[in-house]
Amino acid sequence: MIRFAARDNVPRWLTFVVPLASVVVAAIVAGVVLAATGHNPLTTYQHIVQASITQPGAFSQTLVSMTPLLFTGLAAAVAFRMRLWNIGGEGQLYWGAIGASGAGLLFRSWPGPLLILVMMAAGLLAGMLWASIPGILRAYFNTNEILTTLMLNYVAANVMYYLIFDSTSYWRDLTSPSARVFPQGKYLPAAGNWPPLRVGSLTIPFGLIVGVGLAVLLWGMIRTTRYGYEMRVLADSPEVGKYAGIRTRRKILSLMALSGGIAGLAGASQVGDFSHVLDPRGLEQAGYGYAGIVVAALARYNPFAVVVTSFFIGMLVNAGFALQGPGFPIGLTGTMEGILLFCVLGAEIFTRYRVAIRVPHRGTKVAAPPVEVRPAVPHGGMS
Amino acid sequence: MRNDPAMPTGQGASPSGGTPSPARAAEAPDAGGSAPVVAARGITKRFPGVVANSRVEFEVLPGEIHALLGENGAGKTTLCNVLTGLYRPEEGHVELGGEPCRFRSPRDAHEAGIFMVYQHFRLVRPLTVAENMILGWTRGARGSRGMWFSPRRVEREVARVAEQFGMPIDPRAKIWQLSVGEQQRVEILKALYRRARILILDEPTTVLTPQEVTQLFTTLRGLAAAGTSVVFISHKLPEALAVSDRVTVLRAGQAVATLRTADTDARSLAHLMVGRDIVLTRREEAAKNRLGEAVLALEDVSASGDLGTPAVTGVSLGVRAGEILGVAGVAGNGQRELAEVVAGERPATSGTVTIAGQRQSGTPWEAIKAGLGYVPEERMGVGIAPGMTIADNLILKSYREDGHGPILRANQAFQNAAESIERFDIVARGPKTLARELSGGNIQRLLLARELSGHPKVLVAASPTRGLDVAATDSVRRLLAQTAERGVGVLLISEDLDEILDLSDRIAVMYRGRVVGLVDRDDADKDRIGLLMAGVES
Repeated sequence: MIRFAARDNVPRWLTFVVPLASVVVAAIVAGVVLAATGHNPLTTYQHIVQASITQPGAFSQTLVSMTPLLFTGLAAAVAFRMRLWNIGGEGQLYWGAIGASGAGLLFRSWPGPLLILVMMAAGLLAGMLWASIPGILRAYFNTNEILTTLMLNYVAANVMYYLIFDSTSYWRDLTSPSARVFPQGKYLPAAGNWPPLRVGSLTIPFGLIVGVGLAVLLWGMIRTTRYGYEMRVLADSPEVGKYAGIRTRRKILSLMALSGGIAGLAGASQVGDFSHVLDPRGLEQAGYGYAGIVVAALARYNPFAVVVTSFFIGMLVNAGFALQGPGFPIGLTGTMEGILLFCVLGAEIFTRYRVAIRVPHRGTKVAAPPVEVRPAVPHGGMS
Repeated sequence: MRNDPAMPTGQGASPSGGTPSPARAAEAPDAGGSAPVVAARGITKRFPGVVANSRVEFEVLPGEIHALLGENGAGKTTLCNVLTGLYRPEEGHVELGGEPCRFRSPRDAHEAGIFMVYQHFRLVRPLTVAENMILGWTRGARGSRGMWFSPRRVEREVARVAEQFGMPIDPRAKIWQLSVGEQQRVEILKALYRRARILILDEPTTVLTPQEVTQLFTTLRGLAAAGTSVVFISHKLPEALAVSDRVTVLRAGQAVATLRTADTDARSLAHLMVGRDIVLTRREEAAKNRLGEAVLALEDVSASGDLGTPAVTGVSLGVRAGEILGVAGVAGNGQRELAEVVAGERPATSGTVTIAGQRQSGTPWEAIKAGLGYVPEERMGVGIAPGMTIADNLILKSYREDGHGPILRANQAFQNAAESIERFDIVARGPKTLARELSGGNIQRLLLARELSGHPKVLVAASPTRGLDVAATDSVRRLLAQTAERGVGVLLISEDLDEILDLSDRIAVMYRGRVVGLVDRDDADKDRIGLLMAGVES
């Protein structure tokens, strides 16, 4: 019999040890799955590290995978922190891509730095506007933002497909004959390609630098600014916010816009850094918006931690590409990701609760002394 | 699990170290030197920076009402949380029927028949009374099997138990439909339904009207007579004296005395509780001569309550600088809503509110800007953010002003917090202590520290001493008196008529949302105000 009892005080070390231990547990559980499907867990893990870090070019590739996750992770973290459940990062990302590619095409003659700036601004703005729809609905009509943001993702996807596949829009390439048969977007001018930073053999995407800067900025904003203070008050208790005269509606509006804008930057970065074209299929298949929710949850909505968690998820994504083949279905990497997420989020319970296991004795008054389960011990209760 | 209602300690009436038997024990079935049903032996419980309980000895005899008396933060609730298995003591143990036992969770305690009724009820509001009864306890309930239960049978059973203990309640009523007093009855019934042998009540009277308190006491005496032991946690001396057989006084985490109620009196108990004699602050004379201009004016103000029914009707009041205007009334007669209207938190359906000459359109921010300090009735979760630090809570009203551009002045806030902790006697480790770790009295000091450091022109205080112990009550009263002295207009809302009479210059009486009387302090007559409060106009 397993019982959970809330801890009356959480020791500080526990908040660090539990997440680390849960990753170890995840590796063990995933190892069992790997072994059961006929893969040596140790060589597989070795492959993962090689494919995402040690192989030549692998680390740079991980940074590429991490970049969009960093943005969408930040977008989700900022909103979730204030209990605004914006799960529309996906759609906001699409709009960011639409806006940035549109600006890149429209101002194609402008010099590089200016063009990049305009693209970023357009991506940011497009994401903000799109997120403001559920923002307004939530602030003024108290509509459930989970539903509205989610549904608007599908609308955004359809808009994006329409621009490339079902219309002769400004974004669509109509010049070459093949493009008429196989619809595709117009490519951006070279000036609109965001320049990566090269350090030795390492290639750091321009967007990643922006994203890390943004993470630091957001972290500082929450801690040291009035805006962040109001955010923290409202996150802790909305009633206190009302009492203190904080304008809750404005906060909801601005925070949804901010979150949407950051997701929009993810779209802009996809276009500027990597694809240089509005590519609906690529964006939709990647699902960065939804993955960002996972990244944010793993980071417990701390912008700074999002940098770390997006790196780890980026590693897994990247390793997944390298591992998959005839003997290694893509579903297996998805399973591993799922196990990791499950263990890390599930392990939260060990920081907040004390777990006692006992064998039920009927008729005895004094039960056997409880066995405390420490987080590092794999356990039967959760999985 | 022990379902047998018979006393487990009946056979071996062991002499338990000269414990005085309860006053009424002579009438109890197993009279004379009966062993305790539950006992705390040398309990020590520490929290970061605080020793909440220090080697506490505490015994509960069968069928007695045992008052656990002490100031807020004396460790009463902590001790009971140890008894019910919520906390684990660092030292000492709990004895059940003379044998040591270890509770790993409240459920273990429940199975042993120990139940606690918390100050904040553990009820699920959208569910019915009967559903709340079996929540988390389907196994033992009659009319339930495994994961299934029959609502009808549970309802019948609940009705039967309610009848048996003389606490009528409709088992099908939803919790949100019930008054606070009725909700408490549900909590008590829940424990009895689950065959409680020991019932612990944490400050049960704070939320009740005087009539409900009387009713509760009758109920408790009936329970004790039927063999249930009752632990009555309180900081109110008169109540402890009125209801208990024995009293244990806790002070600063230590059990300083256990006495037969019949052998003691309020004075000596107060001395044991506080460690010194305390006379509550009162203002000796009205401030009539040095009154300033009107700083708060309400004209014909009406407002609706939470359920949309009229709560405040046509109230006109004026508070002048340097004056305390007391609003007396039984709880629930529109006082809370009135305070919320002044604070801009509740829209007025008609009438005008003017704060320091500025006519209000009804937003909290506007009221704050005009110079309103507000101590809301609900401190935690409305006036104080529990998950934030003392420093963060202190800048809740001022963070807009003292800062450079968009950046907060964290260092200054930290220093100011340290000063406030010192000046307002807030017991805490430091400015970074989370508000939720503070005791009730310290939370109120923190709230007042913030509201007063903003140099308000008007202070609205709603039930500012409710739930506070003697020492904290006195410090709040003194602060209110000093505030008026400094030329602030104070609107004091309180259900404690003595407090109103001790502090106010003028007294308004509210009944059913209306001001039914407005008297000067010099003409105030307690009986007449009492009649007005009861709605008997004279």
